[in-house]
Amino acid sequence: MQKRKERIDRGIKVRSEDISALLSWREMLYLSGPRLLPFLGLAILPLVLGAYWQKVLLSVAIVALLAISWDMLAQTGMVSLGQSLFFGTGAYVAGLMNHHWGFPPFVTIPVATILGGVICTIFLLPVLRLRGIYFAMVTLILPMMLVRIIEATKIFGGTEGISGLDSFPSKWLELYLVLAVLLGVLFGFRRIMGSDFGLILKGINDNDRSVMSSGLHVHWYKTLALCMSASVGAFAGAFMAHVYMVVGMAMFSLDYSILPVAAAVVGGGGTFAGSMLGAFILVPISEILRGTGGLRIAFYGIFLVIFVVALPEGIFHYIRQKYYQIERFVEVAK
Amino acid sequence: MSSLPLLEVSNLSKRFGGVRAVNSVSFSLKECELLGMIGPNGSGKTTVVNLITGFLKPNEGKILLHGQDITGWPPYRIVRLGIGRTFQMVKPFYQLPAFKNIIIPLYSPRVKQLMGGRYGDRDAVALDLLEEVGFERDSFVAYKMARVLPQGYLKRLELAKVMALQPDILILDELFSGLSLAEVASIVPIIEKLRVEGKTIIMIEHRLRELFRIADRVIVLNFGEKIAEGTGKEVMQSEDVRKAYLGSEVN
Repeated sequence: MQKRKERIDRGIKVRSEDISALLSWREMLYLSGPRLLPFLGLAILPLVLGAYWQKVLLSVAIVALLAISWDMLAQTGMVSLGQSLFFGTGAYVAGLMNHHWGFPPFVTIPVATILGGVICTIFLLPVLRLRGIYFAMVTLILPMMLVRIIEATKIFGGTEGISGLDSFPSKWLELYLVLAVLLGVLFGFRRIMGSDFGLILKGINDNDRSVMSSGLHVHWYKTLALCMSASVGAFAGAFMAHVYMVVGMAMFSLDYSILPVAAAVVGGGGTFAGSMLGAFILVPISEILRGTGGLRIAFYGIFLVIFVVALPEGIFHYIRQKYYQIERFVEVAK
Repeated sequence: MSSLPLLEVSNLSKRFGGVRAVNSVSFSLKECELLGMIGPNGSGKTTVVNLITGFLKPNEGKILLHGQDITGWPPYRIVRLGIGRTFQMVKPFYQLPAFKNIIIPLYSPRVKQLMGGRYGDRDAVALDLLEEVGFERDSFVAYKMARVLPQGYLKRLELAKVMALQPDILILDELFSGLSLAEVASIVPIIEKLRVEGKTIIMIEHRLRELFRIADRVIVLNFGEKIAEGTGKEVMQSEDVRKAYLGSEVN
């Protein structure tokens, strides 16, 4: 007897898609659970983790922010390989303001977030009309170019970088600040992409000529998306500048470009939550593998391949499907 | 009604490298007119549309709308002045449900301007428009992803998308191609209704029988040049047009 897999939306989801016909606490929990989980998880995690894993959590949050920022660009049809451009620019803006004018972190970080985002947008404005691999190439090269410029002209501290920056008053503040921003960006971006504005961004990804013929200024919308994405990346950089208390050429390194892309691909792009989940899986794995020494990268690569082959749509899509749908085998009628 | 032409195209030329895709084409369009544009494949019809709607910049020539020079303007500004177009190769947003495809043009500054600064309930407007072009309201077809829709629905979706912009001039690029006779017959009344509403329409078409039935005037392009102009009957009697369509051996 032949059997076929069938997927059906769970009743609660079907009932509550458009109307609020909630009948019990269980149903309310079922619907709000996926939204509450990240809040509760991120509130509790720092309390139960040791000092070392708190640092890991910090870098998880940074990679997650960069991955979400990458996802925003990808959903607008701009595949970037240069998140480190945003990261490094934010870091240098914050570092310079702190070093030269002595502004505290609570001034430099917001300013670097906005200013860094605007600077990166201006950098990428000339190549905004490029798509796909061409855009990716330019974003890949720009941070490398900036590094060489800093090295050759010895501006911004040259190869030494700028050290002795102010740190945060407490490590708890540091940790909870970045987690709060992460949640804010996650739900904020999800909301934006769910609105009519987000619909246009998705339309640009799908078919930009059709958006043009709809009477919309495609480049303006791309610029807005780029600016939002770059600001998030710049925040991550500015934040890390004050955590490390130093700004250097390493802020433009390839790690900050590649890791977010890997996180978004493993977690599942197009949802932001997937990108964040990817960061929460990949960064700890990378830390655990630290004990294996030189083979770390090899093992890490194997994990990446396994994830991508087993769940090509991303882990998040798989989990979401399991959560919202019932699977069962039905007999195929002859 | 004024006798001043709504749209005037003069000496329009476009070269792609050495190829003269459009060579000194001139025509004008009166208000409420339905102009057919025909010609063999590769004769430059779609290029003319791309030039008028700003997707391409002409090498020479002028395009005047209401006497205003719009040559080389970007597409979003031209749409704002009231020229809407469809694409020959349908360009829906495949990742979005059909009715969400209509939301995007409904978001444009042109619609906002016409609605007096407010958009209203876009979803409802979109569903009404889809029903108008033949998406059955009580079925789920309007909620389906555009990528699963058959060609007939995609063509209607394309028409609904341009109707959402409420343009004064609609340019329909081979709307009937790839459709069955029954589907064409169901779309013709929509076009006639648009004309009753006072829209001006340019139709590029290979289905000459259907086109001649509704067109006021037809221009014929061949190798980027205008070779004939007149009613359907007149242009088909022209020797140049017969040659272009059927080859030179027919007499």
